[in-house]
Amino acid sequence: MAVPILKQSNYLIATIQSALTDQDFVQLRDALVDKVGRFRSRGVIVDVTAIDVLDSFASRTLRDLAYMIRLRGAHTVIVGIQPDVAFAMVQLGITLADVSTALDLEEGLAFLDDVGAET
Amino acid sequence: MTKITDRETRQHNIRVRIESDTDLVSARHAGRMLAEQAGFTSSELTLIATAISELARNIIEYANFGEIHLELVQNGSARGIRIVARDAGPGIGNIEQALRGGFSTSGGLGLGLAGVRHIMDNFDVESNVGAGTCVTVTKWKL
Repeated sequence: MAVPILKQSNYLIATIQSALTDQDFVQLRDALVDKVGRFRSRGVIVDVTAIDVLDSFASRTLRDLAYMIRLRGAHTVIVGIQPDVAFAMVQLGITLADVSTALDLEEGLAFLDDVGAET
Repeated sequence: MTKITDRETRQHNIRVRIESDTDLVSARHAGRMLAEQAGFTSSELTLIATAISELARNIIEYANFGEIHLELVQNGSARGIRIVARDAGPGIGNIEQALRGGFSTSGGLGLGLAGVRHIMDNFDVESNVGAGTCVTVTKWKL
């Protein structure tokens, strides 16, 4: 299932709408890394509100996505990790390392605005 | 996507064949449904679904295909869910190392079994090099 990617001013917003397979996560990563260049975006938001499991592969792919986009000159913020998902990640020892996160889409946009203002 | 191949009465027992990444989604969905019947809380359901995802991923990663068997179990008044992940892959040469190495997910393939053991109440691995691996875990609803 392809994840829709919206362009909003300088940002790209990818909203995951249902459980994704590993392949879907890889496609999302590649699509965002590509589009950030095509649209000359400064920031990327990945909204995982609808996701009920973030396992090691999904987390690693999100981490890779954030690093790759950073190398392309833009910032990524993951928004909407649900309390149960956060609990499971901590219990299982799954980390997002130093990837930026925010509570929801609104906070994510505010975060990117702040990052943009600093640079 | 593989269909759920075996449904016993009232779905106390589900087998999911694991051979592609779409099967991971099916397996954790089935596990969540089954565990819901045992009365687990929403955060426990997420924990169980994540553990199933990791066990199924190990199958694909190391053995290419195998099976996840989900079963509701009862011990006195306690209810729980048992998850058996079985494959006929290369087996684990050093189980101790596999259990020790995996708590951090960075770098390695899949999640080490250590993370899964950490969140489950019972944990058992049987593995023979060249013959396959069977991981059995149980989570009890307290």
